[in-house]
Amino acid sequence: MKILVCISSVPDTTAKISFVDNDTAFDKSSVTQIIGPYDDYALARAVELKEQVGGSVTVLNVGLSDTEPQIRKALAIGADDAVRIDAEPSDSYFVAEQIANYAKDKSFDLIMMGRETTDYNSGVVHGIVGQMLNIPSLSPVMELELDGNKAKISREIEGGKEKIEAALPLVLGCQEPIAEWKIANMRGIMSARKKPLEVLAPLGEALSQVDKYELPPAKGDCKIIPAEEAEKLIELLRNEAKVI
Amino acid sequence: MNVLIYAETAEGTFKKTALEAIFYGSKVAEKTGGKSIVLAIGPGEQAEMAKAGNYGAEKVLHAQGDQLDTANIAAYAEVLVAAAQKSEAELIVTAKSSLADAVTARAAGALKAGIVGNVTDLPDLSNGFKVKRSIFTGKAFAETTIQSPTKIVALKKNAVSAEASTQTAEVEGFSVDLDAGLFSTKVVETIKAKGEVPLPEADLVVSGGRGMKGPEHWQPLLDLAEALGASTACSKPVSDMDWRPHHEHVGQTGVKIAPNLYIACGISGAIQHLAGVNASKVIVVINTDPEAPFFKAADYGIVGDVFEVLPKLTAAVKAL
Repeated sequence: MKILVCISSVPDTTAKISFVDNDTAFDKSSVTQIIGPYDDYALARAVELKEQVGGSVTVLNVGLSDTEPQIRKALAIGADDAVRIDAEPSDSYFVAEQIANYAKDKSFDLIMMGRETTDYNSGVVHGIVGQMLNIPSLSPVMELELDGNKAKISREIEGGKEKIEAALPLVLGCQEPIAEWKIANMRGIMSARKKPLEVLAPLGEALSQVDKYELPPAKGDCKIIPAEEAEKLIELLRNEAKVI
Repeated sequence: MNVLIYAETAEGTFKKTALEAIFYGSKVAEKTGGKSIVLAIGPGEQAEMAKAGNYGAEKVLHAQGDQLDTANIAAYAEVLVAAAQKSEAELIVTAKSSLADAVTARAAGALKAGIVGNVTDLPDLSNGFKVKRSIFTGKAFAETTIQSPTKIVALKKNAVSAEASTQTAEVEGFSVDLDAGLFSTKVVETIKAKGEVPLPEADLVVSGGRGMKGPEHWQPLLDLAEALGASTACSKPVSDMDWRPHHEHVGQTGVKIAPNLYIACGISGAIQHLAGVNASKVIVVINTDPEAPFFKAADYGIVGDVFEVLPKLTAAVKAL
């Protein structure tokens, strides 16, 4: 089983977001970067599958050199080798093009990633990669079992889920509960230092660009209703907020 | 600029978010002097399809047939690409959803189209094509210019208020020769949660956190939800502990929701939870801890015990 796991480097989910350079750039200096939470699920399941059926897990990240701690963490968790495409992941199409270009002649059985990144939330990279490689893409995938060359998948749909059978190769956008996140142990961290990390130049151009960022307006004060008069809330929701 | 709107249907009728996308796409077409064409895929009566005209569409291309009864991402994308080519669309609009994301992504790959999601406003066309979109799960916005000749935008729910007229649209059957290879993935079972509005679609949501003290104590929350006709949700710790099913988990790594009313019961309001619910129009927080951070994001708050407050609210709703 040959698996490619694509990871993003995103701010910690508890991070407060701020911008610099006249609101034209995200301020990375005050936040901790992590592997995208959904990508972490994809990575954990890929490592489990390798342990079950053998094969290899390659990690790919589109990012500048400051993402290497996240790549090394993925290697410590159990990936065998890694590739970094040396570019800002500025646009979904551009990122997908880097992944497809790398994967096109390497016969991966599975290309796995998170359903979306938690910074730009687009949730489309897996689909673009699938189209570019002319193989099926499925997302959001909650369960994945392999039976030879066939995958049994459970995909979330609005208000339920679909069970799908599909032949490999596949591109999958993953989410919980596909696997439990894995934590790197000391042996993994030590071995990750020696695992190969190839750096490649990007190809192609972004099709969109961010011109400016802004924060949402501050929220107004919360109107507190005494607990003993809780029923007044319903009247306010009906007559003041007009939502019921 | 001709605009093609991929409008999702559920059981033969347009979803509310699809109507928002039709309204948005038609406004852009009107602004630019182009045509507004809707693509609907799957079963649906002609009279329902014609309702796309209420929201500004001139024409509906309706693709249906056995192969398209069940959503198939690759096949639906192929139909979307063919419809974009037929209608000479420079812009494809849809409403963000797990299916629309998957389908439009493949179309973007085929059409070499710049694609952005969670769009919150009509585009600024004064210098190229610039849209505002929500990023960092609602913690910020980005003004984004799409440079490619064909562009795809996915609207965030409730981003526009769709106003209906009495106009109807012309409905035209649309068929595409679909290669058997597109159906290499096969849906073997569909499991739907019964009797509930899917959370991303819900207008009213009642949600519980660790303050509910265990799955056996959920009944007061369910009673309020039933009285309101609301969907139920929960925080991540609650679904992690299996108190409630995973599909009810709302937050940054769960389902993102944008209801008119979100009632949070016994949820302190961690930043990850807020990120998934901050698009709600009105937020109500019920918590014993007056210092709970959620009160800072709420419109209305009750500092009190959920088990005393919830029955009072249910009774008040029933008395309306």
